[in-house]
Order: sequence, then structure tokens, then C-alpha cells
Amino acid sequence: MSDAAGWQLWEVFVRPRTGLSHKHVGSLRAADARMALENARDVYTRRGEGVSLWVVPSALIVASDPDERAELFDPALDKTYRYPSFFEVPDGVANL
Amino acid sequence: MYTQGLDRPDQFADQPPGQYPAPDSAALDSAALERFDARIAAEDKIEPTDEMPAGYRRTLIRQISQHAHSEIVGMQPEGNWLTRAPTLRRKAVLLAKVQDEAGHGLYLYSAAETLGVSRDELVDALLDGSAKYSSIFNYPTLSWADMGTIGWLVDGAAIMNQVPLCRCSYGPYARAMIRICKEESFHQRQGFDIMLSLSRGTPAQRAMAQDALDRWWWPSLMMFGPSDADSTHSAQTMAWKIKRFSNDELRQRFVDVTVPQAEFLGLTVPDPGLRWDTATGHYTFGEPDWSEFAAVLAGRGPCNRQRLAHRRAAHEDGSWVRDAAVAHATKRRRPAAAAS
Repeated sequence: MSDAAGWQLWEVFVRPRTGLSHKHVGSLRAADARMALENARDVYTRRGEGVSLWVVPSALIVASDPDERAELFDPALDKTYRYPSFFEVPDGVANL
Repeated sequence: MYTQGLDRPDQFADQPPGQYPAPDSAALDSAALERFDARIAAEDKIEPTDEMPAGYRRTLIRQISQHAHSEIVGMQPEGNWLTRAPTLRRKAVLLAKVQDEAGHGLYLYSAAETLGVSRDELVDALLDGSAKYSSIFNYPTLSWADMGTIGWLVDGAAIMNQVPLCRCSYGPYARAMIRICKEESFHQRQGFDIMLSLSRGTPAQRAMAQDALDRWWWPSLMMFGPSDADSTHSAQTMAWKIKRFSNDELRQRFVDVTVPQAEFLGLTVPDPGLRWDTATGHYTFGEPDWSEFAAVLAGRGPCNRQRLAHRRAAHEDGSWVRDAAVAHATKRRRPAAAAS
């Protein structure tokens, strides 16, 4: 009974209102892009959750490898000088 | 709408082993298990690509897919009254509610798919009867008042269970539950609103409301699953922080909040053993008939066959639509090839 094969997986992104980015809200199955948009509207925006939808075939998303998480993201952890709070500002100095 | 009543150790004994693929079925080594346990202890969320024990993955696939099936089958008892709603307003509200249940099923199937199982496998498991869904949906909806009791009690019981699931350790499930919980409270209130109208109505309407409460009270209590003493499976899901409270804790909480609502409606909860215990600050209540629960779960409830037959028929009747959509999509992808 695998007759739904061919309905690929799509990731759904909703822009809650203009001025905000589209945000990933979930996924769904659809036969083509138009159906994916129509289904996304019914499944993810029944209560005014958005003003714009993106649907992207899940297979097209390129993701970082979870096994490389440490190599990719740990180096950022020891560079606290990237934050303004790293530097001491002497008393009496303003607007810095 | 769903609660954890399916969470029993023995009911899967009849399922073929390896029905679901476990992509990381190779056991995690002890260091990896320690890392996993430490993340769970630290309230870290587990995401689809993270390493996880095969048992955790299997448990989640089972629980999330059963939850999805419950939402899908759960449309039937209420769908039964869509065309006979007493007013256009009630009909519009009920339609919106039933549509939400379909949506909940779809969020949850997607969440289950992140664990490496395909949608088709999940749907097939429902249709061939090997997957379970919440036993509450195997009871018939005999009167319009049943729409009230389902929203008020069944969705009310579901909320009791689902709110803690928003903090479930598995990210996609927790996120789906947050969406679902936002929508469930509409379901519960629309049900209570029906009960309120009936309870303020004619003697016949009040009798209809009381009859519905009489029939749905005990099955609603069963939705929380067997008592803690008989639910050994719960310990592991609690340790994994999939589940946060025990069946009995949630059932007690449900009774404590629901009985005053029934009193407000002027209805009588059909439990002669029900009384307020001033010492504990909780209601004492009777034991559900667990033999009935076991029978319904085993397929011998009033509507088990009808529910599954209806779902199968709907699936088969819709197959030409699914095929046509694929054919259309394929044709549109190759317009040049088709033209030449």
C-alpha cells in the first residue's frame, strides 16, 4: 500500500509578519510544489500564523554533519574577545 | 486528542519485531550512552541527527505514531455529527475542530518521520491493524451531547497529558506538542460550551447531557492508562524524559479539575465512590473497569472494526487521487520531453 510513494517530503517555513524572517515550522508530504504550498497553508497557518510561506524539498537542504559539531562550533567558544563584555571599560568613560 | 493509555508493556507483544527500521540499531557504546544520559539529565533536547539509544528511538516512533493514528481515527466519532450539528455555528466550530485533528495527525507523522521511519510504513501499520490508537475512539457517538463530552472530557484528558509532553526530551515531538496544545484548549472549551447549552436547556437536553457524561466518564479515565503499579513500561519513558508524570498522577489531576466543572453544569459524575477528601485535598474515586479497557485495546470495543474499516475504505477510495497527483507532478517536471 505504498502508493503515496512519490509524495516527497517538504520543509515548511512561515513568515509570521512582515519585518520578521521566515522560520521553520515543520514538514509535510506533497506531490509537487503547488500542493506543498496548499497543504502548508492548511496544516501550518490555520490561525493567522503567517503572511508568507516557503516550501523546500527536504532532500535539497544541505546540513552540517552532526559528527563534525565539535570541529565546527567549539572554536567559537574560546573567543570571548568577540563580545564587548570581554573588555573592561574604566569608570568615567561614556558612550562606548 | 490523545493520552498515554496505550503505554502498556504487553500490548506490543503481538507486533512483528523489527517492524520499524532503526537506523542506528547498532547499540551505542558505553561512552555514547553516558553522553546521552548526561544530555537527558541536563534537560538538553535530543534532535533527529543526534546519537540516541535504539530503544529510545523505537519508543518514540511507537508513541508518536500511535499519537498520530489517534488523531486521524479520532476524526471519525465527531465526523459522525458534522452533518447533524444543531446550528450552522456549531457546525462551523465542529468542522474547525475536526480539521485541527487532521492537522495534529500530520504534525505528528512528520515528527515520527524524523526518526527514520517512512510515512507509508506508518500508514500501512495503522491500516493493517498492527499499530494501535487510543481506545477512546472505539466508542460510538450516539447523540449530539457526545460532541460536548468528547471536547470537554476527552480533549480535557488529552490536555492533561499533552502539556507535559511539550517538555519531552525529543525536540521534534516537543515542538509538535506545543502547536497541538495551543489548539487543544479551543477543543475543550467548545465541548464545554455545548454541555453548558444543554445543561441550561430543556429537561430532555439535560438528560441528553447526563447520558453522555454517564457513557464517557469511565472511558475518559481509562485514557490515562493502567495504574502505575501495572505500568512497568512507564519507568523507562520517565527516565528518558519522554513522559513527565505517571498515569495515576495525571488521572488524579483530571478528576480534581473536572468534577467541579460537572457540578457547575449540574450533572452527576457516574461514580458512587466519588468523594472529596479534605485530608488529602483531592477527590477519591472508583477504579475503572480495566477488563473493559483491555478488551477495547485488544480490538473488542464497540466500534473497533468500524473505525478501521472506514479508514481503510477512505485510504483506498483516495488512492486514485494520490496517483493522479503523482502523475501530474511527473508530467509537469518533464514538459519538454512530453512535447517532443
